[in-house]
Amino acid sequence: MAGKVVTVSSGKGGVGKTTATANLGTSLASLGKKVVVIDADIGLRNLDVIMGLENRIVYDLVDIVEGRSKLRQSMIKHKKFEHLYLIPAAQTRDKMSVSPEDMVKLTDELREEFDYILIDSPAGIERGFRNALEPADEVLIVTNPEVSAVRDADRIIGLIEAAEKGPGKLIINRLKTDLVERGEMLSSDDVFDILGLTIVGIIPEDELVLSASNSGVPVTLNEESKAGQAFNNVARRIAGEDVPFMNLNDNPGFFRRLVGLFNGK
Amino acid sequence: MQEELIAIKGMANGLLISLSTTENWQSVTDHLASRIDEQIEFYAGAHITVELGARPVPKYELSSLKALLERRGLKLSRVRSESDTTRRSAMALQVSTENNVGHNYRAALPAQETATTNPEESGTHGILFRRTLRSGRTIHSDGHVLVFGDVNPGAKVIAAGDIVVWGKLRGYAHAGAKGNESARVCALEMNPSQLRIAGHMVTSPPRKRSISAPAVALIRDNQIIVETRE
Repeated sequence: MAGKVVTVSSGKGGVGKTTATANLGTSLASLGKKVVVIDADIGLRNLDVIMGLENRIVYDLVDIVEGRSKLRQSMIKHKKFEHLYLIPAAQTRDKMSVSPEDMVKLTDELREEFDYILIDSPAGIERGFRNALEPADEVLIVTNPEVSAVRDADRIIGLIEAAEKGPGKLIINRLKTDLVERGEMLSSDDVFDILGLTIVGIIPEDELVLSASNSGVPVTLNEESKAGQAFNNVARRIAGEDVPFMNLNDNPGFFRRLVGLFNGK
Repeated sequence: MQEELIAIKGMANGLLISLSTTENWQSVTDHLASRIDEQIEFYAGAHITVELGARPVPKYELSSLKALLERRGLKLSRVRSESDTTRRSAMALQVSTENNVGHNYRAALPAQETATTNPEESGTHGILFRRTLRSGRTIHSDGHVLVFGDVNPGAKVIAAGDIVVWGKLRGYAHAGAKGNESARVCALEMNPSQLRIAGHMVTSPPRKRSISAPAVALIRDNQIIVETRE
């Protein structure tokens, strides 16, 4: 069976694309899938840091594309998961060093061996984004429940649709339920109302994500972490399971809808 | 009446400008320039397909047409022609081409039929856009625009005629962009960031709740009003 290429994108920077990619990678690997994650953010690489693999980098994406290294020897194996690999970005080059065709060629080779090929797209709508989009079978759009992030996500979705890769699926990251309750943050319903995409994940704000990123230990392995468990749920949905959304308990919209259900409304 | 020197029509991805195939090139392009200058705001940023029919257009003529459009902020993205000379000129200028044999819409319009029906029934042309118009997209039409979907913040619809949004209007809409004060904007949810009809403009009042009933915006007593339909 040929593997699936899933590109993680957002438009706006800083919404948690790289964190989402890393966590989905570890979640899918814990489900027993063979996974490779590719950092397409050439020049600003950090997927390796979040995955705790920065010290093991010998070759990178540009080395592979330019033929200086073999694919096999360039992939870095994760410390905890046997079937999870990383192809890091080059830090000293720029996005023009790789073309969309290069990415298609590379991922076609990887499809033979892996179940999932996750690509961490850079922010923006330029070449780096095109590189990440071109080989995609499916696109995940990460956004925060903030007006500016949603606006940029909307722009990206338009481009994904224009490239006939769309419409993509949505991950709402860093939802603060107490702020939503006070009406100070967009709710997941508000985001859906604007973007109209299927939501595959609602990730609550969670400090454990930050400490996990700094320590390089995946938050998805931490059963205490709500965000970690939410990422695991996203991974299972991507793998085709029907997983109910977590009750983020203080989400009033969700709670009210449940009450409505019980009252037969 | 003399044959129209130029005809401008909206398409999903820009504007189609058909130039007379028989009139003197200079007078055709002069006429085009003045037509654009009259409505410079309407045309700004549009992607243009030029239909040149059977007229052979040498490279220098096409290049001056391209420059004429670019000076006004328009992009010549495509040339339709039946002439090999014209297509070679376009290729030399790196403008994509298509052979339009059989696609000349003016030739396709049966003349008698338009003469016998009333102008409203014979129809003004328009664009039907069948999905949500997302941030960064702009639709220009020389006729009407119908969107089956939402118009999101950051998206723009500019029409010389009416605009109908079968969905939520939350972006920018300009109806009657060439000065038609009887143009209207309709939407199932009327909450545009900015709404213009002909030369009039309103920006969205900072209110919490949008108008969720179907609404029509039109000009009355020299200002834009919004009527809801329950």
